[in-house]
Amino acid sequence: MNSTLRNKAIFVLVIILICVYGIIGIPKSGAELTKNWNENIRLGLDLKGGSQLVLQVQVQDAFKAEADQTIERLKVELQKDGVPYGVLDRNDPQRLEDADTIEIIAKGIAVDKVGAFREVVNSRFAAWNLNSISGSDFKLTYKPTEAGVLRKDTVERSMRTIENRINGLGLAEATVQQRGGTKNESEILVQMPGVDDPARIKSILQAAAMLEITEVRGGPFSDRAQALAQNGGVLPLGTRLAQERVKQGSQGESWWLLGRNAVVTGRDLRNARPSQDEFGKWETSFTLSQDASKRFGRFTESNINNKLAVVLDNKIFSVATIQSKIEDSGRITGIGDQTSASDLALTLTSGSLPAGIVYLEERTVGPSLGADSIHDGLLAGVVGVGVVILVMLVYYKRAGVNATLALILNAVILLAALAYFGAVLTLPGIAGFILTIGMAVDSNVLIFERIREELRNGKGVIASVEAGFGKAFLTIIDTHVTTVVSCAFLFAFGSTAVKGFAVTLVVGLIANIFTAVFVSKFIFDWELSGDKQLTTLSI
Amino acid sequence: MEIFKNTNFDFLGKKWPFIIASLVLTAAGIGSLIVKGGPRYGIDFKGGTVTTVRFQNSVSEDQIRVALSAKIPGEIVVQRDTTTNDVLISTELRDEKALDAARQLVVDTLSSNFGGGVAGKIDLSNVGSAKIADELRGPVAASMNEQQVQDLSKAITTFRDTQKRGLLGNIDSLSGVNGVSPQVLSVLKEKAYVAPYQVRGFDLVGPKVGAELRSQALNATLLALAGMLVYIAFRFEFIYGLAAVIAVFHDTIITIGLFSIFDKEISLTVIAALLTLVGFSMNDTIVVFDRIRENLPMMRKEKFDTVVNASINQTLSRTLLTSGLTFITAVSLWLFGGAVLNGFSFALVVGIIVGTYSSIFIASPILIWWRDWMEARRSNTPPTAGAAPVAAAKAKSVK
Repeated sequence: MNSTLRNKAIFVLVIILICVYGIIGIPKSGAELTKNWNENIRLGLDLKGGSQLVLQVQVQDAFKAEADQTIERLKVELQKDGVPYGVLDRNDPQRLEDADTIEIIAKGIAVDKVGAFREVVNSRFAAWNLNSISGSDFKLTYKPTEAGVLRKDTVERSMRTIENRINGLGLAEATVQQRGGTKNESEILVQMPGVDDPARIKSILQAAAMLEITEVRGGPFSDRAQALAQNGGVLPLGTRLAQERVKQGSQGESWWLLGRNAVVTGRDLRNARPSQDEFGKWETSFTLSQDASKRFGRFTESNINNKLAVVLDNKIFSVATIQSKIEDSGRITGIGDQTSASDLALTLTSGSLPAGIVYLEERTVGPSLGADSIHDGLLAGVVGVGVVILVMLVYYKRAGVNATLALILNAVILLAALAYFGAVLTLPGIAGFILTIGMAVDSNVLIFERIREELRNGKGVIASVEAGFGKAFLTIIDTHVTTVVSCAFLFAFGSTAVKGFAVTLVVGLIANIFTAVFVSKFIFDWELSGDKQLTTLSI
Repeated sequence: MEIFKNTNFDFLGKKWPFIIASLVLTAAGIGSLIVKGGPRYGIDFKGGTVTTVRFQNSVSEDQIRVALSAKIPGEIVVQRDTTTNDVLISTELRDEKALDAARQLVVDTLSSNFGGGVAGKIDLSNVGSAKIADELRGPVAASMNEQQVQDLSKAITTFRDTQKRGLLGNIDSLSGVNGVSPQVLSVLKEKAYVAPYQVRGFDLVGPKVGAELRSQALNATLLALAGMLVYIAFRFEFIYGLAAVIAVFHDTIITIGLFSIFDKEISLTVIAALLTLVGFSMNDTIVVFDRIRENLPMMRKEKFDTVVNASINQTLSRTLLTSGLTFITAVSLWLFGGAVLNGFSFALVVGIIVGTYSSIFIASPILIWWRDWMEARRSNTPPTAGAAPVAAAKAKSVK
């Protein structure tokens, strides 16, 4: 064997070793081999079973909340500066696309106070642009740069919360990612292997989990109208009305008048966990952060015998009388079973969602269906590839062995690439794999037919092999590059499934150029290197 | 072994029957598309739900349809795989708001119509291992710890989903599972029942996402075709790129047409199959074109169509061998690949046949017509000196 050939042999061997290592590592036992294989060749949810959710963050909710807060602050600032106003209100964008159209309307500014009003808004509300509608009415619109920041921030915070909740559920393998592209920036993809009924997870992810502990200023009232009537038709400043959750066996609705600002909110929690009271009923108990405990201690100390309300997502969960000073812990009672108690603890500790969540897509593949897909896919693959190899061996004899080796190596490289890139094998990926195998067979056939032609034209064996590879090379490059070009477009503009197809195909094509052109040629050269006077070739 | 050696069939002389067959197929496909108002999109592209259910006994499609349409609005399509009693139930979803409840609605309706269950008992065919553990925990507390209960529950669902391929039949069949004692069995009999079906998969796509996926798939495919056209035009000549893309387009239209005629759904996996056949067909065409480019300078005295015909003949054995082998792979996928891959492999089987003959009978004639048309135009204008075939000159420069 000459030195060039030896170098090539070493090169090919190294590539094979790197690939095999990537796929199965260095196993010491059969069990370890299976384990490494399963870790490295990761199957998509459509093959191994599991659920996938696409959810959309309703960014407009965050814009509305921002506007509401601004209105509250604006009221305070205007009062401070002695600027009287008529109405302060905001519009109500419903769709995600309209989030940016949020605006605050200020009506009835006295004409001589317009200058002061402008001054307040421009100096203290930098995120807003001030436009005048008429002499006394104004419109505040959110600055586009600020809107971009708020959008991004809302999606990021939602994603963090969702990640926390998924982790809290113990779904170690689950992944949470943002869907790319400017159009889908508010979409989040959650993939959960092994989960075949995501109903509970869906409701946990969707829970806003906005916890507030608030002082009770009055009540209970049987309905909103009664509550208003008792307060002379208008709510006192800094208060709001909220309804208590309808409990089983209770008679009718009850409403309470609450302080607008909460004493403690979900952000003040250090942790929360399910627990049982002395009667064995499930509840969620929580502890507060240091800062909040001090605040809560001060508040409860000075409000003994007054009432406190636990409010979750704007619904009163329970109302209790303060018996003594409470510092760092509390309980939310009346929840139900253990699952609800731990779900609530989970949503509370994971943080609240800054905006609502809607589901756009849900895909579940049950474990039996996934197993069937793998079984069927394998059977079809083995039969298909088996027949291909058989035909190649019968049709091309010795050269068919070359082709078979190249084909197997191609599959090995492709699998190794998937392992090294951490890509997952999905059904569309298998489609890409099949096309790769087809193209690999084609490359070999092209080369062999060329060699046969050259032999028929009376060229010597070695010259024919050289010419066969040389002439087929240009064709192989053309067919491969054309497909790679199309894959680039599919990857850039296609959906997730199409992307999986494109990636597998491109990797397979690159592997194929290597195996069909380089490795197969090397095997020929090696076989021919011993005998310079070779007159026949088994092809 | 060699099958085709030095063949010299007059392919281009016999092109008309094939071209006519192509036109008929295309017209039939387009006709079917028009009559049915476009392709039958799967839920990926229009929104809706698909529930994959495996029944113990054969339940007729009508029975399922009638039972479900009492509760679920819109058109309900039930497709059945006769060999396995697997059923795909598709429902419509027009309102984004109906999305959240859609799954529960289908599952509940199936359960109340076909479950044969008792209120308060769990359905052993469809619950996860956590629910089984919840039922077992109390009664077996004396003999098993929490970890053992969970492992056993997991073993029960694994047995159901792998060995039994989803269907337990009855509770007694669990006695084969390691760790299922007579006590466990009697607890399960008291607290659980076995529905004669299993929900094996569920897909839900909101209508808005469906429309988005549809336009995305269309755009990606058209751009990919355009990309190939540019590359081939750059490597050969513009007309070569155009001819190849027309041939591939022809394959795609015929395949989509056949999908419409056989009333099969276009789903995301079918799109992957269409892209695959585009790849195969393009590959085939380029091999022939490459040979034409190579032959042109050597056969300068021959007429262009003779060169094309010779090129087709020279590559014939490779064309048939490659197509034959990939065809075998596709057929094997169609026969053994299971219900999920059915649409995918159908598209491949059709596509490979159409794709193979389109490079011979569609792409190549386009080249010749173009050449004839150019020459006819040239002979009407005063001849320019040295009007050598453009392709030949170009091919030389490529070499």
